[in-house]
Amino acid sequence: MRYLVCIKQTPDTAELPKISPEEAASGKLSVNLVVNPWDEHAIEAGLQLMENYGGTTGAVTVGEEGAIDALRSALAMGCKDATLVKHDDEIDAWGVAELLAAAVRHDGDVDVVLTGQMTVDGNSGAVPVALARKLGWPVLTGVAKVVELTDDSITVERVVGQARLTVKAPTPVVVSVIKEIGEPRYPTFINIRKAARVKIPELTAEELGVDVPAPVVHMSNFRKPPARDAHVKLFEGTPQEAAAALIDALLEEKVL
Amino acid sequence: MDFQLADEHRMLQEMIRDFVEKEVKPRAAEVDREHKFPREAIEKMGPLGLLGLNIPEEWGGAGSDTLATAILYEELGRGCGSTALTVEAHLSLGSAAINLFGSDMLKEKFLTRLATGEILGALSLTEPGAGSDLKGGVRTKAEKVGNEWIINGSKMWTTNASVAGVIVFLVRTDPAGGSRSLSMIAVPTDTPGLIIHPAERKMGLHGCKTHAVTLEDVRVPLEYLVGEEGRGLHQALAVLDGGRVGIGALSVGLAQAAFEEAVKYAKEREAFGGPIANLQAIQFKLADMSTMIEVARWAIYRAAWLKDQGLPYSQAAAQAKLFATEMADKVCFEAIQIHGGYGYSAEFPVERIYRDNRLMLIGEGTSEINRLVIARHVLRN
Repeated sequence: MRYLVCIKQTPDTAELPKISPEEAASGKLSVNLVVNPWDEHAIEAGLQLMENYGGTTGAVTVGEEGAIDALRSALAMGCKDATLVKHDDEIDAWGVAELLAAAVRHDGDVDVVLTGQMTVDGNSGAVPVALARKLGWPVLTGVAKVVELTDDSITVERVVGQARLTVKAPTPVVVSVIKEIGEPRYPTFINIRKAARVKIPELTAEELGVDVPAPVVHMSNFRKPPARDAHVKLFEGTPQEAAAALIDALLEEKVL
Repeated sequence: MDFQLADEHRMLQEMIRDFVEKEVKPRAAEVDREHKFPREAIEKMGPLGLLGLNIPEEWGGAGSDTLATAILYEELGRGCGSTALTVEAHLSLGSAAINLFGSDMLKEKFLTRLATGEILGALSLTEPGAGSDLKGGVRTKAEKVGNEWIINGSKMWTTNASVAGVIVFLVRTDPAGGSRSLSMIAVPTDTPGLIIHPAERKMGLHGCKTHAVTLEDVRVPLEYLVGEEGRGLHQALAVLDGGRVGIGALSVGLAQAAFEEAVKYAKEREAFGGPIANLQAIQFKLADMSTMIEVARWAIYRAAWLKDQGLPYSQAAAQAKLFATEMADKVCFEAIQIHGGYGYSAEFPVERIYRDNRLMLIGEGTSEINRLVIARHVLRN
């Protein structure tokens, strides 16, 4: 069995609020970059498949040279190999899917492609679906658990609202997972050492033999919500007086 | 010169920081308040390779270096002093003694299990009448009878004794005295006659268990001698040289934690019409704190680097430990000043960090002993 996890390097969620619209538009971010937190769950899912059903799990990303760090993190968690699909120009979900699909074909006989449900920066959630479309494979989204994997099929539990659906699909397949699939494991030191030393292969669109489609979706505006005007009000007096004043204030604010 | 961590060390630092944020720091207040041994976090560190970080791979460790352990203790110290000291005493004292001087048989028997965290290690040097003066003070004696050592005596301040699987004791094997009269012997903690007394009541580090230990006719095979007979004192001092880097690193982590708390508080607390971080009196404190932490961190990294290069590092380790531990004392003091009355309250972490750091100026060589070590080097040259 061969599992390939598609990951993206994104800003640390704690640092997202620091990014200005101008910085986002330029594409050059000066914040700490990490593996997209949703994708860490996809890596975990890939490692669980490897442990439960044998085979190897690899990681792949589309990005600039610096995205190597995200791949090293995937290796440190336990992925067996990693590939950078190098791409520096503006790209949208459709373009990313084109490159990832080529990388999957280049990889060979992949049984399961895994992704997180979305990225914390783009938030489109479109890549897994677009990727499946490009590959001509079925796609299973919102996957919380892999029930069974056989030579030619996969059975999973999908979370739909409050309900759980058990569905089966033929492989090869694209699976996008949600948090419930499992807490991402910590890297072990042995894997960190291997990850730090390994040379990570790089591929370009040219080497993969694809023309990256020009972005069809462009960001035309990026507004951040205005800072909230929070203030604290202390009510003086006896507990009874303070409570009465608090109730009045809550009624006035239409909270009650 | 290169002042950047290599990928391996940087990734290790990120991993430990993440682990500490999730598994160690959130429990630090409880560990202190309830005097609770942080078992859960320690057990999770074994499979990650952290409990055998600098133990060679052939003995089941991760085969990394002193710099990696310094990063480990610093990051653990940033989250919880008790957890950090437990790991430091396991790795840089108990395990280090066997790793540096033990026979292959002892390594096979103990080091392989210490490396994975299956058991924890401890080193027992101090006695009721022997602290800094080990040479003249150690009275615990081991006698050869047949193919066994029979050990009798009392030890103090043995960190990890109640949670360890093996303790390495410094004992007198030659009643004649002198610098070649001491030896190290490994004793499994389930050996009959080994009595581990209740945990000491301490000013800080409440989750890290420190005990008095009594040995009454404790019998172990002669092969449990660690290193050479008569070389115990030299071996102990060599282990302590390495331990100093660890304790210094731990203090850097504690200071970093106190500093971060102080910055956070200074930005939140308002007085005289704005956050107190706007006041120069507070800014000067923060500037001094961050400067001292940075200097200490590099002194520790340098001592670790010297050791890893196989260069003499005893003076550098003593200097780094002395500076880092006393620096952390000052940083914690100022962090409490910045917090005002709240700094003295157990509701805020700085008072715990202050208490936890206080030991670092005493354990594994007091500030005074470190000054002696440094002075000897300075005068010899």
